[in-house]
Amino acid sequence: MNAISTFLLRRRGGKGWHWTDVLSYLWLAIGLFLMFGPIVWLALSSFKTPANLVEFPPTMLPLDARLANVQGYDKPLPLYRVKQDDGTERVLAQVRRVGLMAQMVDPANQGELVRVPIDKRSPEREVKLATGNYTEPLQQFNFLRYFQNSIFVTVMATIITLIVNSMAAFALSKYEFKGRTAVLGIILATLMVPLSVIVVPLYLVVNEMRLFDTLWGVILPTVATPTGVFLLRQYMLTIPDELIDAARMDKASEWQIYWRIVLPLAAPALAVLAIFSIMWRWNDFLWPLIVLSRKEQYTLQVGLNAFSGELNVQWHYVLAMTVLSILPVAAIFLFLQRYITSGIASTGLK
Amino acid sequence: MSVASETQSQALSGVVAAPLHFLMGALNAPMVFIQKRFGIGGMGAVFLAPNMLIFSIFVLVPVAINFAYSFSGGMAIFFGERHFVGFEQYQTLLTCADYTQPATCREDAFWQSIHNTVFFVVVQVTVLVLVALVTALVLNREMRSRGFWRAVFFFPVLLSPVVVGLIWKWILQRDGLLNAILVEYGLERTLWLAERNWAMFWAIFVSVWAHLGFYALILLAGLQAIPRDLYEAAMMDGTRAFRTFWRITLPLLWPNLLVVITLVLIRAVQIFDEAYVLTGGGPGTSTLFITQYIYETGFAHVLRNLGLASAASMLMGLVLVGLTLLQLMASSRRNREGRA
Repeated sequence: MNAISTFLLRRRGGKGWHWTDVLSYLWLAIGLFLMFGPIVWLALSSFKTPANLVEFPPTMLPLDARLANVQGYDKPLPLYRVKQDDGTERVLAQVRRVGLMAQMVDPANQGELVRVPIDKRSPEREVKLATGNYTEPLQQFNFLRYFQNSIFVTVMATIITLIVNSMAAFALSKYEFKGRTAVLGIILATLMVPLSVIVVPLYLVVNEMRLFDTLWGVILPTVATPTGVFLLRQYMLTIPDELIDAARMDKASEWQIYWRIVLPLAAPALAVLAIFSIMWRWNDFLWPLIVLSRKEQYTLQVGLNAFSGELNVQWHYVLAMTVLSILPVAAIFLFLQRYITSGIASTGLK
Repeated sequence: MSVASETQSQALSGVVAAPLHFLMGALNAPMVFIQKRFGIGGMGAVFLAPNMLIFSIFVLVPVAINFAYSFSGGMAIFFGERHFVGFEQYQTLLTCADYTQPATCREDAFWQSIHNTVFFVVVQVTVLVLVALVTALVLNREMRSRGFWRAVFFFPVLLSPVVVGLIWKWILQRDGLLNAILVEYGLERTLWLAERNWAMFWAIFVSVWAHLGFYALILLAGLQAIPRDLYEAAMMDGTRAFRTFWRITLPLLWPNLLVVITLVLIRAVQIFDEAYVLTGGGPGTSTLFITQYIYETGFAHVLRNLGLASAASMLMGLVLVGLTLLQLMASSRRNREGRA
């Protein structure tokens, strides 16, 4: 027994437990509860029926009425546990409810209808996932459209970002020309100019270009990211100039040098930028909120916000759609965590 | 980088580049033509052009327009139809009998938002930096499944502010999880987002929750860069843990910490998304922050006042430029010390 406990409590350092170990694990436990708890709760809640959702106190797991097929009735009937006069309990299926009385039938042994006062019965429930929360908003509301819009914005913005940023980074790292330092200075200076400061005139510019209420109006202002140019330039500086000179000797055009030699060599930095761009554009909120006014043009984030801001919030739909909107991000995180963390650690960008 | 991650990166770049391959090839002919015209030396400007064009239209021009608009008045959207009012917008914003009492100001919502933002920034930056530091210290320890724990703290960073706001709105609502737990322990239900102080508390809590992992990761990278032998030497000398932290960890982490503090500051001043979804600025104006004020003044109100919104964003821009300079100073110091 003692051997088992020493095995379980053994830490890597070997020398038993230090008070800092105890505090560390306490911190991790609280962290696990606070950071993951809300997301788990969201996922569980998103599978509850509207009736199950408004229950107080809430149930941990999504519960719904247990149904039984009873001969002679088209639809499955909900089962109830009924307390009888003699104190015993039996499970009956409810046919209909009339005022304070419920008409019930024994599902196994159809006989006559039994009349039961409704306070003598309690619903039989089982864990059941209300998948309708996921399918209905996609069919009845515009959520499928919101998803398409978000995907379009994210994909187009990321592709354009990668192309124009890498071209600019190539120019700034591999060419000598007048004003190079000035351009670099401007890019560095605006590295921190937040959208919220220029949102009014940006709106006017977009309006003037007839891009208001279009997805391109969401995409174009975001693609020339100074952070992307900076990140790629720093990486391209490490590519030896001799490679480029050799390619020029072989009569490669400058464009070929750019996309045949420099781009493949900068792939790790491009991957980091691609991941960040996807996350940025998928999660953008303030700018799409301003540019998009017709519901058909909403991106997912704007749609979610609008849907949850309505007078009668349909939480079962909102929660399910929230979970759906997280899935792509979660997938990216699972597969590309290494790039994200190394990208952040090395550049401090987000 | 290991072999596995290299193949991974090649596969990834393949996915990204494959659709572009055709496009890039097709662009070669026109680019060769341009190169013949401008020469190899001129190609730098050519490569720079698309990015700078988009950048000018959507960043530089707006900065200039913002400046101009903040000196104009009227309800018209187009600049030609607006009239010059000099510093009137700034005067409206800055006229105040007593700056500590927003109600005595001409534009009381603006000052209320400043008060709220200052309070938010002071508390949130302190709490966020401390919590991120402790988390980084814990994650830096030798323990099993470090990757998992790092992911636990980092995951919320990837969520959109709207999702973050919605998750917590759901937990904090009247019949939500938190109230259920309280009732379970015999406490009373609270309307968390309908009481002034609680709404502010949750705005701060939620933003710390959402961004903690990001800054913890930067600090963790800093901690891992501290040479191990320093700690081994301290252990040989029998130095206590607290003293080790104070004398070794903190001084060596300080440059990173400074960068984190300024980054947190810059982002805290611009707080908008999560708070807006969570509280909508309410109850009343108790969680109205500056960015929301700008957004509502310029866009959400029926009588949109673009001049006033521009002036307010110019003022906010001034503050942010100051903070950015601070950040650049901090990071250049980090680089200097990194080289030394």
